[in-house]
Amino acid sequence: MKLRIGAIADPGTSVVNLTGGWRTEIPRITPELCIRCFNCVIYCPESAVKYSDKEGIYFDYDYCKGCGICSNECSGHAIYMEMEEK
Amino acid sequence: MQVVEGSYAIAHAVKRCRPDVISAYPITPQTHIVEDLAQFVADGELECEFVPVDSEHSAMSVALGASAVGARAYSASTSQGLALMWEVLYNVSGMRLPVVMTAVNRAMSAPLSIWNDQQDTIGARDSGWIQIYVEDIQEAHDATIQAYRIAESKDVMLPVMVCMDGFILTHTYEPVILAELEETDDFLPPFEPEYYMNVKKPLSLGCFAEPDKYMEFRYMQHEAMKNASQRIEEVAAKFKKAFGRDHGGLIEGYNLDGAEIVLVTFGSVIGTIREVVKHEKGVGILKIRSYRPFPADEIRDALKDAKVVAVIEKDFSAGFEGALFTDVKAALYNHINDLKMLGFVVGLGGRDIRADDILEIIKRSKSAMDGGITDEWQFIGLRGEIL
Repeated sequence: MKLRIGAIADPGTSVVNLTGGWRTEIPRITPELCIRCFNCVIYCPESAVKYSDKEGIYFDYDYCKGCGICSNECSGHAIYMEMEEK
Repeated sequence: MQVVEGSYAIAHAVKRCRPDVISAYPITPQTHIVEDLAQFVADGELECEFVPVDSEHSAMSVALGASAVGARAYSASTSQGLALMWEVLYNVSGMRLPVVMTAVNRAMSAPLSIWNDQQDTIGARDSGWIQIYVEDIQEAHDATIQAYRIAESKDVMLPVMVCMDGFILTHTYEPVILAELEETDDFLPPFEPEYYMNVKKPLSLGCFAEPDKYMEFRYMQHEAMKNASQRIEEVAAKFKKAFGRDHGGLIEGYNLDGAEIVLVTFGSVIGTIREVVKHEKGVGILKIRSYRPFPADEIRDALKDAKVVAVIEKDFSAGFEGALFTDVKAALYNHINDLKMLGFVVGLGGRDIRADDILEIIKRSKSAMDGGITDEWQFIGLRGEIL
């Protein structure tokens, strides 16, 4: 996305404005510990925790703000937060 | 030509620029400017929304909002009022809104002083505003008209502060050629911004920028400042063609040919210095009109034949030295090595700067030329007996 002067943004563009940059800590998962309870998917305020049969639980890092709720709610202690360097 | 008060000349120039919104809070010595403008609006001479506000913070916020919806906006303040505008100054420049304000120069409290020096706008140096310092009332009037044209240039879109010395320029009467409506209209086209807030085509300004984008926005402001350097020169040349008056572009030199000593400064003190230098051989003046963008290349070029440069200013950074002195030295570093540099602080808090003070500066510059620098940076006219 090319920047415009004055930090101008059009309405309805939250999809193109990636908010993952807010993050300080990044969620990671140990797949062997995941019991498929989906607490992380349910509690994620950004709908940034995803699930697919093939990949299991995974994160959309474009929008994950690193709040850590997924890790906190994880019943199998599979999700943990790591410091992210930018 | 008419003999008018400096403040009236500014108000007249603003009127000619056809602002859509004026918002200001009265504060000495800026008061007469906004009083005159309010009178124009009340008398139906100026079709404009005049917004009286509760504070300078609100005044600049109103100007910001007005400019964001595509209106030509104006404000004026000084000293403590300018300080109260602080966070909004950065928002206006960050949102790239070409607001023009008259920043009347007055000392900062404490101790309380209503008199002139330039500490207030020097403090706003890094706020992303273009700063033009003017020498006399005619230049203040003309620079106001030029300011809108510079600010609204498509590749600039930055706000401008026209900095004029309080009382010395605002409250004195001088013969001034007041701009006619037609010539101003020919010179200054209506404000038509590329982006503005519009309910039919909504957008947001000054949005949140994460660490991965903030630096780029700031860099874009820097690029715009560089473009402004060109526009300031261009607009001055076009103004000369349209109005027949010339006050210089980024800088203006006087008596520089063969000058071994060059006095560098800005603002109304140049008037006094011109009178003194008339009778002094080998002394030239370099007037800095544009302080931001800082014309480093032009200054280097103007000072290439000088032996001693004396920077005179009505401000300083406590614990170091004068701000202009620092900047001029920085512009020359790595370029001119055998130049002696002296800095002088004068006229703080309204103390008169007399011809004798300028002569003393020239005397110290001459002695520096002969190898006798004792203090690189010094106060002139300090009253040792009461310290």
